This record gives sequence, structure tokens and C-alpha cells, in this order.
Amino acid sequence: MLAPANLVSAGPNRGVFRRISTQLYQHPKTFLTVLLGPPLIWLGVVYLGSLLMLLVQSFYSIDEFSGMIKYEFTLRTYGELLQPANLDIIVRTVTMAVTVSVFAAIVAFPIAYYMSRYATGKTKALFYLGVMLPLWSSYLVRVYSWKLILAKEGALNWLIEQVHLNWLLDIILATPVIGGPSLSISYIGTFLVFLYIWLPFMILPIQASLERVPKSYLEASSDLGAKPAQTFRTIIFPLALPGVVAGSIFTFSLTLGDYIIPQIIGSSRLFIGQAVYTHQGIAGNIPLAAAFTVIPIVIMAIYLTVAKKLGAFDAL
Amino acid sequence: MPYNKNTAKASTRLKISAAAGIAFLHIPLLLIFVYAFTTEEKSYAFPPPGLTLKWFAIAWEREDIWNALFLSTKIAAISMSIAMVLGTMAAAAMYRSSFFGRESISLLIILPIALPGIITGISLRSAFHIADIPYSFWTIVLGHATFCVVVVYNNVIARFRRTSLSLIEASMDLGADGFQTFRYVILPNIATALLAGGMLAFALSFDEVIVTTFTAGQQTTLPIWMLSELIRPRQRPVTNIVAIFVVATTFIPILAAYYLTKGTDQVDGQGK
Repeated sequence: MLAPANLVSAGPNRGVFRRISTQLYQHPKTFLTVLLGPPLIWLGVVYLGSLLMLLVQSFYSIDEFSGMIKYEFTLRTYGELLQPANLDIIVRTVTMAVTVSVFAAIVAFPIAYYMSRYATGKTKALFYLGVMLPLWSSYLVRVYSWKLILAKEGALNWLIEQVHLNWLLDIILATPVIGGPSLSISYIGTFLVFLYIWLPFMILPIQASLERVPKSYLEASSDLGAKPAQTFRTIIFPLALPGVVAGSIFTFSLTLGDYIIPQIIGSSRLFIGQAVYTHQGIAGNIPLAAAFTVIPIVIMAIYLTVAKKLGAFDAL
Repeated sequence: MPYNKNTAKASTRLKISAAAGIAFLHIPLLLIFVYAFTTEEKSYAFPPPGLTLKWFAIAWEREDIWNALFLSTKIAAISMSIAMVLGTMAAAAMYRSSFFGRESISLLIILPIALPGIITGISLRSAFHIADIPYSFWTIVLGHATFCVVVVYNNVIARFRRTSLSLIEASMDLGADGFQTFRYVILPNIATALLAGGMLAFALSFDEVIVTTFTAGQQTTLPIWMLSELIRPRQRPVTNIVAIFVVATTFIPILAAYYLTKGTDQVDGQGK
């Protein structure tokens, strides 16, 4: 990098700058404070402040008669979470999050594996963009595309009819719990959309962790007589596991908090996100909404602690 | 450790499952393009009974879509700028220093995207409510900038880690003050990473809907417009047009960000 000629010729107005910069250079702590101050004030006040205020509100309760918030410390609102209807919502959401994460890992692994071990040059760039573009492109549009696919007159039903698999679809839809009147009004539909939307979040960390598996390990393994499947099971998969865990942080957390996907594709049974949305909005029950948001926070805190132990953060 | 490829051939099964996975990611997006040309207005009939271009003209005339587009662009541009300043400052402070509470600060920076968006949204909403701040254009920006900081931060700190310290020392030795060093040495070095982070922040804000539904008053951003069409479809063909437009506009910054950071593993002054 070439410095322009005027760089050294300090004019008179440079004096102040120079003094400030020397001061900062000699006092690294002050410099650090100056640099960190604005971002920390922003995140600390705007974000953390709001978050803490919300958490405080979960310890208030709502007066059943007036519908007003009673500003007294109580655990009653948390007690309400244990009502069967609310407990149902929690179990349903967590089950969905687990299912989505497991399937996302299964679908993502071959893609990540191919990307890291076999793809080179242009193919690799193509795969990388093929994962990045859906990841960053519009969330809503991608949800919308499934509305088109799963509609009764839509593409998927058309395809099923073309290959004469209607009977299979009917069996699946007739299955209790996961079935429903149509794919777009069933847990399967919700699951498919979740899987589709969060899949890239799973692929990239797995790919990153697979890239770091040294080739010599694989050679050593085969030199010692392991079959490819054995090498995969005992060497590659354990080393890729932090990547899987890192990916599942995203798929899990995002599923826990989403309220748009189940609202658009799915049965009318609520997920945590929807419960939060309805309680704070129409019902005006901020304390209960706040208590509901504590659930994903607690689950994620536990999850992150475990993930950290498994070394998932190095794979991010 | 560099890994030498092409030493083994992928099995057919692996190839097929990898290709199927990528297809799964892209076919839904391609379908929207097909739907943009359909003559069918009242349903999502597939295959389209006929093809037409008239919806593009109809969407073009729609005042509400233009307004939503301008609003979203304005919000994304301002949020991006705030995030670029704050994210760079945070990255500059964090990349080399170790101090008490450093871990907590890096957690604080990633928290807005690590926690589900609905939590950010509802906490901001109730905080605005308590502080008696009316929901406005600026409350939306406040929310967006908060979660955009991390994107810029991640990009810039990765570059800082690869930038050689000796460059900065050389600049100082040659008599440049801190500001000159920043302007002529640091900034050119981090420029592409900063720009890439900014672009991703722009794309993130442009598309954000969950936090926006909580922090917006009467403002209709493009994603909010989309969401209302998703819940209650009124103008299916026009929605299709907006959908492909949104995909196209988010692709540009992402591709740009990709090419800006491509091949930057080698940085001036590295290995000294």
C-alpha cells in the first residue's frame, strides 16, 4: 500500500489530531473505551435494556377483571405456563425444533460432505453460492413459494397426480397427529417449510468443520485397514459433529421463535412464537408474552452451554 | 491444512443426494418465476393455464408497492450505515485485545441474531411503549441496526485478524498519526470486508419482517406488504411480481459481497 506524499507533511491542523492520536496510542485502555463505547452503548441500552425490561415484566401479572397489568412481583404468570394448553404449545414447538434440526442435519450432510471433499474450483463456488443465495434471499418470498407448492391446485399435488401416488399422499394425510385435511394444513407442511428455510444454516457449519479434517487422518485410517464406511463412522463423523451442533443452534433457535411459518403453512395449533404474538398484541397480556419468551431464552442458554462444551463455537 | 482434492471420486449416491439437496433449495424459488407469468388470477393452479406479461405492467403502476419499496430501501440504507460504523468500531476494539468481560461483549454482539427475532421485536416494542416513544420510521431503524451490527462485525473482524500488524507499525514509524494510519492503511485493507458486511446488512434489513412487525407503526415496508398478502391474498399475480423482484434485488448485494471477499485469504503484509 503506497502512502500519498502529503501523508507526512503535517499541516497546522494536524497538530490536534496528532496529539489526540498520540494520547490514544499511549493509553490503550482509553482507546479501547473510545472504540467500544458507542457500540456497547447502543447494544447495551437499546437491546439489552429492552430485553431486561421484558424479563422484568414476566414477573408481573395481569388483573383478571380489569385486564390491566399489576405491577407486583409474582410467579403467577410463570404458573400459567404450566396450564395444559400452554404446556402443549411448548411441547409442540420443542418437538418441531428437534425434528427440524435432525432432518436438516441428515439433508445437509451429503451436501456439505460433497462440497468439502470433492468439489473444486468452479463447482465449489457454484455449490457455495447455491447455499448462500437461498440463505440470504428473502425469507418471506421463500415461505411464499411453499404456499404455491402446497396449494391444493399447486405444483406438488400436480406432480403427485402425474406419478399416480395419490394413494400414498392419502395414507400420509390420514396419519393421526402429522396428517391433516391437506399438506398445507398439517404439521408435515409446517415441517417442510421449516426444513427448507433453515437448511442453509445447517450446511455451512458442517462444511466448515469438514474442511478442517486433515487428509492425513483419512490416509492413516485407510492405511490401518479401515473400510471407507468405517473411516466415515470413526473419523469423519466425530470430527464433523461440532459443525452439526453449530448448525443445530441456528435451526433450533430459529424454529423456537418463528411465528410466521406456522401461521401461513400449518394447522391452527399455536407455536411459541404465535403465542407470544397473540398475547402481546390482541390480548395485551405482556406479562404472559414475556414469560413465554423466557422459554426459548432458557432452552437456548442450556443448548449453548452444552454446544460450547462440544466445541461447536469453533465451527461457527 | 490444505486438502488435496480429486484423490477419490464421489460415490453416485453422494452425488445424487448432494444434487437433490441443492435442487430442494432452488426449485421453490424457480417456481415463483414461473408463476409471475401465469394468466390465472384467482388460484395457484399448476401448471399455469397460459403465460402473460401483463402483471409486470400492473405491478409497475401500483403506488403502494413503490412506497413500500422506497421505505424499505431508506431503512436498509440507514441501518446499514449505522451498523458499518458501530460494527467496525467493535471489531477494531475486539480483534487483538484481551480484557475482562471480552467474552461477554462478544456474546452481547451476537445475541441479537442468536436469539429468535421475536424476542428482539417484543422487547423493543415494550421498551418503546414504556418509554413513551411513538412507533415510527426511526423505531424501525433502531431495531434493524441492532441486529445488523453483528454482520458487519463478523466480516470486519475476520479481515482484521488477517491484516498484518506490521503494516500499522510501519505507518506509525513513518510518522503517520492514528487518523492518517486509519485513512491510508487500515481503511484500504478492510474496505472490501466492510463493504461486504454492509451489503449483507442491507440485504438483512431490506428483508426483515419479524422485528419490523413489532417496531413499526403505520409504516408499510416491502416485507410487511408481502406478509399481509401472504396472510390474505388479494392480488396474487402482483404478489408474484414483487416476490421475484425482491429475490432479484437481494441476490445483487449477496453476489457482490461474495466477490468482494473472495480470495482475500492473502492480505498485504501477511506472513511477516
